[in-house]
Amino acid sequence: MMNGRAQMNIVIVGHVDHGKSTVIGRLLADTGTLPKGKLESVKENCRKNSKPFEYAFLLDALKDEQSQGITIDMARCFFKTAQRDYIIIDAPGHIEFLKNMITGASRAESALLVIDIDEGIQENSKRHGQMVSMLGVKQVTVLVNKMDLVDFREEVFEKLKADYSDFLAQIKVKPVSFIPVSAREGDNIATLSDRMPWYSGATVLEQLDRFTSDKQLQDKPFRFPVQDIYKFTRKNDDRRIVAGTVAAGSVSVGDEVLFLPSGKQSAIQSVESFHTTPKKLATTGEAAGFTLTTQIYIRPGELMVKPSEPLPEVGTRFRVNIFWVGRAPMILQKEYKLKLGSARASVKLAEICNTLDASDLSYSNHKKQLDCRDVGECILETSRPIAFDPASASETTGRFVLVDNYEITGGGIVLENLSADETLLQRHIRERESNWEKGLIKTKERERVNRHRAKFIVFTGLPGTGKRSVAKALEQGLFDNRLNAYYLGVANIDRGLDADLGYHVDNAGERLRRIGELARILTDAGLIFITTIDDADDYDIEILKQLNEPSDILVVNMGENSFSRYHPDLQIPAGGRVADAVQEVASMLKTKEIIIEYQI
Amino acid sequence: MDHLDKLEAQSVYILREAYREFKSLCMLWSIGKDSTVMLWLARKAFFGHVPIPLVHIDTHYKIPEMISYRDRIALEWNLNMIYGENREALDRKLTFPDGHTDRLTCCKYLKSEALKHTLSGEWPRYRMDHELQHYVLDEGREPYTGVIVGVRADEEGSRSKERYFSPRDKDNVWDVGDQPPEFWNQFKTDFAPGTHVRIHPLLDWTELNIWEYIEREKIPVVSLYFNQGNGTRYRSLGCYPCTNPVDSESRTLNEIIDELKSGRLSNIAERSGRAQDSEDGGLETLRRDGYM
Repeated sequence: MMNGRAQMNIVIVGHVDHGKSTVIGRLLADTGTLPKGKLESVKENCRKNSKPFEYAFLLDALKDEQSQGITIDMARCFFKTAQRDYIIIDAPGHIEFLKNMITGASRAESALLVIDIDEGIQENSKRHGQMVSMLGVKQVTVLVNKMDLVDFREEVFEKLKADYSDFLAQIKVKPVSFIPVSAREGDNIATLSDRMPWYSGATVLEQLDRFTSDKQLQDKPFRFPVQDIYKFTRKNDDRRIVAGTVAAGSVSVGDEVLFLPSGKQSAIQSVESFHTTPKKLATTGEAAGFTLTTQIYIRPGELMVKPSEPLPEVGTRFRVNIFWVGRAPMILQKEYKLKLGSARASVKLAEICNTLDASDLSYSNHKKQLDCRDVGECILETSRPIAFDPASASETTGRFVLVDNYEITGGGIVLENLSADETLLQRHIRERESNWEKGLIKTKERERVNRHRAKFIVFTGLPGTGKRSVAKALEQGLFDNRLNAYYLGVANIDRGLDADLGYHVDNAGERLRRIGELARILTDAGLIFITTIDDADDYDIEILKQLNEPSDILVVNMGENSFSRYHPDLQIPAGGRVADAVQEVASMLKTKEIIIEYQI
Repeated sequence: MDHLDKLEAQSVYILREAYREFKSLCMLWSIGKDSTVMLWLARKAFFGHVPIPLVHIDTHYKIPEMISYRDRIALEWNLNMIYGENREALDRKLTFPDGHTDRLTCCKYLKSEALKHTLSGEWPRYRMDHELQHYVLDEGREPYTGVIVGVRADEEGSRSKERYFSPRDKDNVWDVGDQPPEFWNQFKTDFAPGTHVRIHPLLDWTELNIWEYIEREKIPVVSLYFNQGNGTRYRSLGCYPCTNPVDSESRTLNEIIDELKSGRLSNIAERSGRAQDSEDGGLETLRRDGYM
């Protein structure tokens, strides 16, 4: 048995007073969705108060009755045709309701855009057209409303259709159709109007039923954002399950899979599910889970793909379209949090290429920030690589949101990967180095007097592997050998150098940068600078390495190695004797000619 | 995928997102059909496990079948089951059945207040001990920062304005007029210290979807939902002094589904048997103040 009728979400947008409510009221009335006697009583009420009846009043009257169980509010209302159920998401034309409109439109599969033929194309007619397109709604039908005010004349309709088509073409939107209607009078809503014999296309209801809900994601390359890794041990469950929702394509038991950006590979051992018949395949839209044929260490946020299909992009720098709704503007150089698929990364706005003024469609390339409601083509840079697709290739893995101070303050789509360009970090280091002021002492002289070279030593590994004990003992040992070593507890920075950052997760990138800058200074001073970092990944080390240049970094990993491609200089098992570990590091320092000798 | 498959997948996605992002998470289980479906969806999301504590607010006026069903399922499904209560109001008899408050005030004391203080950890929580098979005082007192709730948009006006992830401020207050945007499947998962987020995996489900899913998955529900022979059944479950059964002959899941689709209940509100809704302000007033 097929459970649940097919359902489609439709968003209705347009400028204030262009007739959205009337269209909705009409659709409800003409599909017989209204409670018995409702229409008559609202009409009667209008007659008593000597005002002309409008369908918008009907909507208001329904809103007042919410508590009596009629499912309608300013956000959504429900009606059905013989073919399927519809949820109409009413996106208010008022600018204050923008966030509601985004929420509604990003769940819609198609859009009705209402334009008043008498008032013509207004700011929101354009702005909404652009937003609906950016939000990924591919099917847009334009309702040219209030045809009764222009005596149902074809040439007026054709003129508006041409003008608005021009605009849509500029933002690369191809509307499904234009329908001339009079929502108030009911023309071309449920039945073809005999007052516009020149129009022979679909009525609004017919058009709704013609929209398709198949987004063709099924046939695209397999994309699976890894939402989480589960290992629930209750009742001796030993499955290690990679969980998430299939964003595009499909995968079967036995398929080779590749995780990006880590580059790790494995194959699908099983498709896991609860209370279903056994599965061999998972397809687009399914909330699925897999076990793999090999034990590999992967993190949530990776993108699982099939190496046999076109691969997604991996990079840190990309050109995007951003739609900003934050109260505070989006500014250059500040850290934000980016959420794309299941990936999270700290991100900076590197460049604003241009912004579009929706009111006159003019492009500006002078803006230094994105203000609330701005749409801008920009370049973003993440602190570490993420895997993604250009939105034109695979929409579900090509769009993202930006978080500022706990709030979602913007959304956008990826246009292209620019990772070959110089990154913000590289530029920062280049500029820093070209302005670096040296004292009179040459590095060689300092090394001769110190009897050792400078080094930045980082202990990595999961918490509880004893890396701090070893790091401190190493400092002591080097000191006892009259070498200039300094151990820094990372917690010391939290309340000192980083006190301005607070404990906000979005500042992780900045915290790391400051450790790297400290290392640059302390190694320049000739020190062997020792610190520890919990659970660092490849990119953390890469960032520290770059920031510490021209000095060298030495990475000692304690316990399980969770790096994906990076090979630590030294790997020490957890739980051994501290003195042995120190001895191992000291030997390596000798081998690398950082120190000449080391005595216990 | 049919419509129920899509609803299921979206709810599972939301549950997994909540589990990933919130360190201190709980799920409210009212024992009713909706939150029982939600509990089932958690088993779907986590492959048979429920790694999230379930919190029930016990007013001690619940219909007795509800409590025995709760404890039976908690043991069978190996749930981390917790209940909280307003001991003071019960001891001082500040309740509607005792004749000392109106219905809404009673709801506020026994449900909203109990919920608020149980979530914050200020009042005692009782946890099912699976070895002893009864409740013991829970040692854990940390506040829950993510609270999963089984409300549906079609239930009633104020619920239709909800987001999947809906922030509440320090006083549990919901600012209906200024809610965060939800772009695609990206939700508000970051929150300032002292605030918490309500998570609504069932927002898109209708009453009919819930029954169709219960039928499809063969989910056990409280027998009170079915006509036991006296021509009535409960459509919505609550405290016995304020919840009335509706006239209905439906004895099976399929009969309930038919009744909702085309029968005599298709035009009557679901919560019509809940007396507190018809008092002044009703559910929206309760909800602004932290009621589910």
